[in-house]
Amino acid sequence: MADVNRGNRPLSPHITIYRPQMTSGSSIMVRITGIATLVLAVFAVWWLLGVASSDAGFAGIDGFIRSWFGDLMLLGATWALWYHMLGRLRHVIWDFGYCLEVEISEKMGMGMFIGATVLTLFTMIVV
Amino acid sequence: MVEFALPKNSRMTVGKTWPKPEGATNVRKFQIYRWNPDDGKNPQLDTYFLDMDKCGPMILDALIKIKNEIDPTLTFRRSCREGICGSCAMNIDGINTLACIYGLDEVKGDVKIYPLPHMSVVKDLIPDLTHFYAQHASIMPWLETKTNRPAKEWKQSIEDRKKLDGLYECVMCASCSTSCPSYWWNGDRYLGPAALLHAYRWIIDSRDESTGERLDNLEDPFKLYRCHTIMNCAKTCPKGLNPAKAIAHIKQMMVERAV
Repeated sequence: MADVNRGNRPLSPHITIYRPQMTSGSSIMVRITGIATLVLAVFAVWWLLGVASSDAGFAGIDGFIRSWFGDLMLLGATWALWYHMLGRLRHVIWDFGYCLEVEISEKMGMGMFIGATVLTLFTMIVV
Repeated sequence: MVEFALPKNSRMTVGKTWPKPEGATNVRKFQIYRWNPDDGKNPQLDTYFLDMDKCGPMILDALIKIKNEIDPTLTFRRSCREGICGSCAMNIDGINTLACIYGLDEVKGDVKIYPLPHMSVVKDLIPDLTHFYAQHASIMPWLETKTNRPAKEWKQSIEDRKKLDGLYECVMCASCSTSCPSYWWNGDRYLGPAALLHAYRWIIDSRDESTGERLDNLEDPFKLYRCHTIMNCAKTCPKGLNPAKAIAHIKQMMVERAV
């Protein structure tokens, strides 16, 4: 391999050509919902700050959260929170060494999407 | 590092469309990744057409037919044509597998073939596996013993031998490691599913006497713990093995020896 051109070897395509999988999709969603809930936590802190500061400050953030956009955000947050919790539960099961077969993991992944949706609807009815 | 976009020199362009076979009625389209180290161009996707009435049943049959009859410059690795050498691992129809044991009938529509993902390309469908092999070597893929060598062989009970089933069959084709997003982003430091499956194969071998050292070697935020159980590895393994499970068991042993 004396005069082989190693300098500008290309990197083969990866995420753009790899077929999305149930397992990888449900896995990255755990990460995404985790980050999303963190962002939503900022609004929770803001709301608490509003409570602690002034009537005007509270009215501002409370009005925002009670608007249709705020409602939508809270709905998304509820789903994300449930999904993230179910995802972590799946990790706990895996970490104990159970359900590591592909088929079961795929079913659990599907269960996380369905479960989070059902639990969100349940939360909406209760709250 | 997570980097979704390919480097500038790696972006694919539309390549050559090769002529259709004359008089064929059952024609299938193949799109294949090409990169020539000698022409200084970016990689390109070439289009080929094959007469399926005159082609063998496997992806590898089609590749060999293209090389024999249309374009002799098409470059790929292959050897045993029965899934035991692991040479012809590539990305076919969006998943990593062995071209020799993946049927043309398993692909719907046009057949898209790329090299194993997120690897340095030597030429066309041939990735550079140097780092992958070095990672395998780093887990000491051999029997480590401390007691004196027995007069005959190192004996093992039937139950202990059974623990190696589902592990020893790995042919090191690199399909799993190159299917793993964690390996894509952190392949320089994360060992990847193949090397870790081999690590576990020696950790649970009843004859091996270096279990502690082996676990010490893996106790690292990157080498082992970049596995997030994404399971692309197990899903794609052409031999039906489950590296994700092996890795989970290594993690369990890490906890068990600490408590």
